[in-house]
Amino acid sequence: MHDFLLAAQQAGELAKGLTAIGRGIVYGGAAIGPGIGIGLVVGNAITAMARQPESAGTVRTTMFLGIAFTEALALFGFVLAFIISG
Amino acid sequence: MTLLGLDFPPISHVTRWPDIFFDGTPFAINKTVLIYFASVLITLGFFFYAARRRELVPRGVQNMAESSIDFVREGIILQTIGPDGMGYLPLLTTMFFFIFFINIFEILPFIQFPGNARIAVPMFLAILVWFMFNIVGIARQGFGHYIKSSVVPPDVPKPILPLLVFIEFISVFLVRPFSLAIRLFANMLAGHLILVTFAILSSAIFGAAVYFRIGAAFPFALLVALTAFEILVSALQAFIFTILTGVYIGLSMHPEH
Repeated sequence: MHDFLLAAQQAGELAKGLTAIGRGIVYGGAAIGPGIGIGLVVGNAITAMARQPESAGTVRTTMFLGIAFTEALALFGFVLAFIISG
Repeated sequence: MTLLGLDFPPISHVTRWPDIFFDGTPFAINKTVLIYFASVLITLGFFFYAARRRELVPRGVQNMAESSIDFVREGIILQTIGPDGMGYLPLLTTMFFFIFFINIFEILPFIQFPGNARIAVPMFLAILVWFMFNIVGIARQGFGHYIKSSVVPPDVPKPILPLLVFIEFISVFLVRPFSLAIRLFANMLAGHLILVTFAILSSAIFGAAVYFRIGAAFPFALLVALTAFEILVSALQAFIFTILTGVYIGLSMHPEH
């Protein structure tokens, strides 16, 4: 009986630990793509602004739009990491 | 959750507030709801106060209100909808300021909670925007033409058309409102959690043994810097929500040919 309780407790601890690892993997994985994407968006926006400083206003607005669309995926991962429960 | 000897509160502890009024009823009011009420009142009060005594040469509050309306007109409507979208100026201006005032409570001393870190208002606003751009699209283009112009991308080869229609349908009618709500909500929640983390870290280090106290300077400096960063995020998220509303309405009014 005692062994059984111990095993159940250990399984609970294991589930907790696996949940924590899963959360880390979900958010970490979701952050990779948007990280690269936002880098591309901002990098190209800076190139455009440097080439044509007079169009900086339009480029900046479009850049924020691009960032908003790109980072949505990372935020889905962020929310999903909280939704996962062990 | 205990991490490296630090007692970090669970997530519900930093976002869920006890009820203050009407305790136990469905109409219970807590700090988040008070923040919403305050934001409505501040938005209304700001513009009514600015319009109280209109002068030809604006000064003070009237000047602020006029330049902010000008910012919404030049920076959002003309960039996304075009000159015929001026009818949406009141909606977009109040939307921007309502979201901004809710967000800015994140850094206000003694309140320090962004109301948008609970999904209620972002979700409601996203549903509002969803109805808005669909109704505008149907009224402007007619039902069939609106659905066709939103889900059928132009100039694609026939074999992959069904797949693209499926993807476009999901992305226009399901992902748009969902991502609009999640973007605002998750950004504010993440900012709030980061501030909480560094506040707990500095207070824990400061509460430790005497010769450790100097170490609290680093998380505290970061806390101050992040607080300044959160001001930027508050304004930026309000701006992004408003400009995306403008983009969606603009796409409903002027479909790509």
